[in-house]
Amino acid sequence: MLTTTARWSGRRSKLASEAQTHVETIALREQFDTEAQQKDASTLGMWIFLITEVMFFGGMFTAYTVYRRAYSDAFAVASSSLNVTIGAINTAVLLVSSFTMVMAVRAAQLGQRRTLILFLVLTLIFGGMFLGVKAYEWNEKFEQHHVPGPSFHMDGVPQQGHAQLFFSLYFAMTGLHAAHMVIGVGLLSWLIWMAHKGRFTAEYNTPVDIAGLYWHFVDIIWIFLFPLLYLIDRHLPK
Amino acid sequence: MTEHIDSIRTYVLVLLALLVLTAVTTLVAFVDLGEFSVVVALAIAVCKMLLVALFFMHVRHSTKLTKLVVLGGLLWLIILLMLTLSDFTTRGWIGVPGR
Repeated sequence: MLTTTARWSGRRSKLASEAQTHVETIALREQFDTEAQQKDASTLGMWIFLITEVMFFGGMFTAYTVYRRAYSDAFAVASSSLNVTIGAINTAVLLVSSFTMVMAVRAAQLGQRRTLILFLVLTLIFGGMFLGVKAYEWNEKFEQHHVPGPSFHMDGVPQQGHAQLFFSLYFAMTGLHAAHMVIGVGLLSWLIWMAHKGRFTAEYNTPVDIAGLYWHFVDIIWIFLFPLLYLIDRHLPK
Repeated sequence: MTEHIDSIRTYVLVLLALLVLTAVTTLVAFVDLGEFSVVVALAIAVCKMLLVALFFMHVRHSTKLTKLVVLGGLLWLIILLMLTLSDFTTRGWIGVPGR
């Protein structure tokens, strides 16, 4: 009788400990076996989203390629009217922001809350700087009548329509890129708030990691936009 | 968790490489390379993309499935560009009206 009771209580405590291993946490949801599996699923999901973004921007890059081939002379003149110094500096600003972002992800992995907040704020500042410079450049285009439309005029181009096509693509591509930057700035602000509340630990930092992937992706888009928009046939005499 | 954490030194070196490549691509644009200027510009951009993806986006520590998805995405982008360009580059070869 005693032995049976002992066996029963033993089984009950075994069941209780089994139940405890499946206690749901933010780092290990019910449907996942391990924390690593949950993290891998999140990373994969983000990458699949980024691939759809590659195709989204890919359509514009294809349109750009087709028209640059067709109207290469007008594209060269129009491209050379962009300010290459500002463009290069802005590229550097964005690359530095990617560096501060990866340092933020590293701090999150190590569970360093203060360092994480510092680097997230730095990334936000550099992202804001990039957008500020972009706004200055766009304003310049309005002043120079380089915005496609009835008041468009560009010297040195026989076919105004071809140069307008370049600037249509310029505004569409940099505009879409800037829209992604604005979303990134929103994500960063949310991450800073959450990090401030102490939501991220060495065990659970997936949102920082995932937002980092997004930020770097937007950086990669600019890595291609900069030479394609700013650096066409710069060597030609104007 | 088998998470790989890179050293600060690695990230600083990658950033420096990216900044140097940006300077190179800007300066080389002012040199007359003829048809090859766009090839050089894109080659440098691809190098920068690989640095960002492999190191900053941790693709080199990712699972095989993630790597496969990344490569698959690039493959579809190449299909988009190649098939469209195969149309536009060959239209002039035959005298079809409304080219």
